[in-house]
Amino acid sequence: MRLNLLLSTVAAVAVAGATLVQAQSARPQAPAPQQQTPVEVEIDQGVIRPFQIAVAPFSGPNGSQVTQVIGDNLRRSGFFEPMNPSGFIETGLSLQNAPNFPQWTQIGAQAVLYGSVTPRADGRNDFGFRLYDPYRQCQLVSYNFTATPEQWRRISHKIADVVYQRMTGESGFFDSRILYVAESGTGLNRLSRLAIVDSDGADPQFLTGGEEIILTPRFSSNPNEIVYMGLGKDYSRIYLYNLSTGRRESLGEFDGQAFGPRYSPDATKVAFSIIRGGNTDVYVMDLRTRQLSRLTSDPGIDTSPSFSPDASRIVFNSDRTGTPRLYVMNADGSGQRPISRGGGSYTAPAWSPRGDLIAFTRSQGGRFATGVMNADGSGERQLSSSYFEEGPSWAPNGRYLMFARQTRGGDTNLWMVDLSGRVIAQSGYQGRGSDPAWSPLLADTPTQLGRAQGPDSCPS
Amino acid sequence: MIAARTLIRLTAVGLVVASMAACTRRPVTPAVPNTPPAGDMGGPAYPTAPTGPIEGSAGAGVAAPGSAQEFAINVGDRIYFDLDSYQVSPEAYARLDAQAQWLQRYPQVMVRIEGNADERGTREYNLALAARRAESIRNYMIERGISAGRIDTISFGKERPIALGSSEDSWARNRNGRTALVSGAN
Repeated sequence: MRLNLLLSTVAAVAVAGATLVQAQSARPQAPAPQQQTPVEVEIDQGVIRPFQIAVAPFSGPNGSQVTQVIGDNLRRSGFFEPMNPSGFIETGLSLQNAPNFPQWTQIGAQAVLYGSVTPRADGRNDFGFRLYDPYRQCQLVSYNFTATPEQWRRISHKIADVVYQRMTGESGFFDSRILYVAESGTGLNRLSRLAIVDSDGADPQFLTGGEEIILTPRFSSNPNEIVYMGLGKDYSRIYLYNLSTGRRESLGEFDGQAFGPRYSPDATKVAFSIIRGGNTDVYVMDLRTRQLSRLTSDPGIDTSPSFSPDASRIVFNSDRTGTPRLYVMNADGSGQRPISRGGGSYTAPAWSPRGDLIAFTRSQGGRFATGVMNADGSGERQLSSSYFEEGPSWAPNGRYLMFARQTRGGDTNLWMVDLSGRVIAQSGYQGRGSDPAWSPLLADTPTQLGRAQGPDSCPS
Repeated sequence: MIAARTLIRLTAVGLVVASMAACTRRPVTPAVPNTPPAGDMGGPAYPTAPTGPIEGSAGAGVAAPGSAQEFAINVGDRIYFDLDSYQVSPEAYARLDAQAQWLQRYPQVMVRIEGNADERGTREYNLALAARRAESIRNYMIERGISAGRIDTISFGKERPIALGSSEDSWARNRNGRTALVSGAN
């Protein structure tokens, strides 16, 4: 497990210290660059052409793997199309030099990323990299991470996040992990285990052994703390689980069956549902005092609470008027009002980490869809629809949703969609799984992205 | 005798309906259009006449009277629900009545009613829906004279299907409530 590995990052701005400016003349616009068809990502109609980025091979230990992970991440995001390295004219780029710009514009590269992994005297490695705009002939990013050698994969995600952030203006999401329920076995002999995997699908690990059916795992704002539900033969329980210490405890024993837990944004509370006498209501528990407060009390089903990121409100699911709809209430249970406006059933709401949108599952006419709406219920948009899908979970940057999709009579897998609905693809993890929960970023992405760091830095 | 039973049954239905009306205004009619007639949606057929004891050969296990096996074979431990419904359907009355009679014969037996839902719903909502099914059965049993203290409930949502596949028939079988004997059985 890599849970406890310390990631020491050194914002060593001066990668090599050398002045990189070289007098170069830009050529006229390059001819049409070669197309590389993405394997995993469907891009509808090519409405928006992904950004052509050249990810030149990193040198040094694990360099080719680092290059691969970065490129795969960027491609999966849908914003980038990493170019085929066989078309590169300039090879052997080193951090001591700026790219030969015309050789990159000639092949249509809109950005050039290159770097190296360099062992240090202290046993750690420097992961230095530069990102250039060959058309404007200026440097977009210059940065260096320092970490133990085995963390090359983690660093690759962080480099990809830096590139994503610099090019899109949005914060990244690659340096994150996914909790999910791994499904195995056949027929009615299915095994359900809690599992965790890197955002790109690498390194899946089981966290439970299959003795309970696992449901609805969710992260706290601390990516080492999770909450989930275990269903045994004759009991069900909500667990709090610290991934770094391994400490697991029951949220408590309740008068009634408790399920559907979610942390408050500051991780001091857990909201969940309790079934009493066949009626399901939403409660919230203060984790320090263990004090339980009831937030809903009507005879309908009230479930699936999800906090707004400022913790002031909770979106939840209620069928108090007949069919399941989405409702919003204040965090103390006051001011309950419906927000969903369409027909069919709305369930499984999840409030975006940005606060602006609420994702949900909607079923209508025998199909299930993943959609988003504004927090007041306006502006509903459908992003994905299929025979069956459910349970959207937000990427840490609020730009992507992961959900479980089941084929008719077949397996359930994790899928991903971006807010434009443009990228709909299986997630990096391609095995059988359900109930995905996306972690926060494992560590903050650096803010000093190398702007105004050198004489050739891009002005913006 | 028959009239009395019918009367009790109607009373029970009335109580269940009344309690549900008090609980919610949620319609229990199927929400999906073009639903086949109720007869096709009822899932596995219930026996129209009481099933006789089943003889077993030595070694394969004869169901001892008062055992969980005997309960499952001679009475039947599951009843089935219509789509999106948690109302005990009239087709299920006979089996629940038989369950209640069996439980009256073995008063030391404690039961757990397990509510189940089909796969055509989201996970958490299905847990709540299946809990309503378990509660409907529990209420029915209480109306038939079984002490509330003998009946526990749990919802399994859609997590413990008994029928495979994505067909109307499988879904109907998976919309059920099971009366599991917890203790006190022979």
